Amino acid sequence: MEFLIRFVQIHETFHKPEIEALAVLAGVDVDFLSYSENSPYSVVRLKDEASAKALVSRSISSKGIYELWGAGTTYEELHGDLKQRSSSQWSQYQSCSFKFDFDTFSGSRTLSEQRRIIESFKYMNFNGPIKMKDPEQTFTIFEEYEYGKEGGPLRLFLGRFVGGTQRHILNDYTLKKREYINTTSMDSELALLTANLTLAASDKIFYDPFVGTGSFPIACSHFGARTMGSDIDGRMIRGRDGKDIRTNFRQYGLLERYLDGWISDLTYSPLREGRWLDGIIGDPPYGVREGLKVLGTKDGSGKEVVWINGELAHLQDKYIPPKKAYSFEAMLDDLLEFAAQHLVDDGRLSLWMPTANDEDVELGIPAHPHLELVSVCVQTFNKWSRRLLTYRRMAESQDKSNRLGRQKAEIKGTTANDLNSFRRRYFEGFKNPPVLEDLG
Amino acid sequence: MKILTVNFLTCAVKACKTSPLSFPLHFRDAELEQSDIGYNPSFLRNILPRVDWEALKVTATELGFTTVPSEKPNLDPAPSNTDLPAPETAMETSEPDVADEKVMRDLHTLLLETEVREGKMVCGNCGHEYKIKEGIANFLLPSHLGR
Ligand SMILES: [Zn+2]
Repeated sequence: MEFLIRFVQIHETFHKPEIEALAVLAGVDVDFLSYSENSPYSVVRLKDEASAKALVSRSISSKGIYELWGAGTTYEELHGDLKQRSSSQWSQYQSCSFKFDFDTFSGSRTLSEQRRIIESFKYMNFNGPIKMKDPEQTFTIFEEYEYGKEGGPLRLFLGRFVGGTQRHILNDYTLKKREYINTTSMDSELALLTANLTLAASDKIFYDPFVGTGSFPIACSHFGARTMGSDIDGRMIRGRDGKDIRTNFRQYGLLERYLDGWISDLTYSPLREGRWLDGIIGDPPYGVREGLKVLGTKDGSGKEVVWINGELAHLQDKYIPPKKAYSFEAMLDDLLEFAAQHLVDDGRLSLWMPTANDEDVELGIPAHPHLELVSVCVQTFNKWSRRLLTYRRMAESQDKSNRLGRQKAEIKGTTANDLNSFRRRYFEGFKNPPVLEDLG
Repeated sequence: MKILTVNFLTCAVKACKTSPLSFPLHFRDAELEQSDIGYNPSFLRNILPRVDWEALKVTATELGFTTVPSEKPNLDPAPSNTDLPAPETAMETSEPDVADEKVMRDLHTLLLETEVREGKMVCGNCGHEYKIKEGIANFLLPSHLGR
């Protein structure tokens, strides 16, 4: 059966990866018959209506799924296709309550035009009551125009509404209404999309090693996962003014799904060995402002025990360990290695990383022999962009011995500037053409 | 710090990772708190295979819990995702000693409802102490251990 997915034209590169991830979660096979990032309408093939409902039931990038009754580039074609494709179905909808909806993209129709077009479908002989609110069936006419061009629509569809999505929850999770946030909090729409890409679900354990104010754990727990997080910055975990990550979980009624937060550094992770995590999500700090910090001192000194007032300094509560500059690429490699060691088979890692617009997109994607790159999604800003990389932990037998993409970064420089090509280029305003050596 | 989380934590010092003495971390001056969390047997069933049972027994004993069985409960096999009918032989042999409700509820209380609010966790190998304050543990290492 063919269905139409109605996407929302924002974060377009997430659309298809999200639906593909949801297909894995729902255990359905989805076949994209037509898809373009420039169109909100995608036609897919699915086994049945139940599969369609299940597929999009927790989608964030789409508004709904419709059984495709007809398609065409003109109304003449649409009517012809409708009769051929779905006339055998009309009789079963003859007495139910129903309504027609109009959905135009990059164009508009006056109400009287809409009415006239809807009238043209009356040969289907629906005699049930028309109900604008909660009808048993909704039939939608989709019109897609070419943006900024005069003339009629380019593509037309008629669909029967089958199932809704979770997009309506964005209003509940918006950062504007969240109690504990800061400037690094991830936008809730992107956090929920990330949770879908990582297959967050009930009975799973998810971990965020750069937890900040908890944006990702909240999104994962919305979909049922039990979550834990850590941060090298203790202030994030401890919170301020009596508000912390738990405050946010409580706000959404998700506190029972939050396991713990603690203070730690990915390079010296206290998590024990073993493949016991279902998902890992992270937005690693790339240190635009202060340079990345990990534990240790820059020159390799600082290994002496320090005493303050007769007490070991590191046992005092206010002790702040020294931190050294750390290359972003090296941290990504550490994160991939950590994920390979801790994820269950088919468990997923999603990580955000910056990419300058003028950099070669493929070069910077880190690779690991145990991890298969599942999707690359991009968010573009004015002068730079960042992308969300999602990996799947392969079973041992599926390992690829050859490493694709960037090799493990060799650390040569010692200052944050030397070590972090993104940070340096950010301050240079991305003026210079990309230099291959930068990418390690 | 929930007892479930504690079962996944060890010493952050790299040299300690290979020592069996570093896991589990040992509690000192632990103050406990109980909270109410909805009982969810399917989460427990999924997670128990990942729990290190010997370590859990050590932790439970140190904190004064006596309800942990000496052997990890035998669990229902997880429901299969395929819609293929299970072969008959599987039906016959999959009559496990399903953990009884009481054992599971006790584990739920220990693993998810019990939290260490204050205290220290100590590595049995290097002796490093990790403080827990208001339920939050600090695993940052001083520089002389961070290599
Ligand atoms: Zn140790």
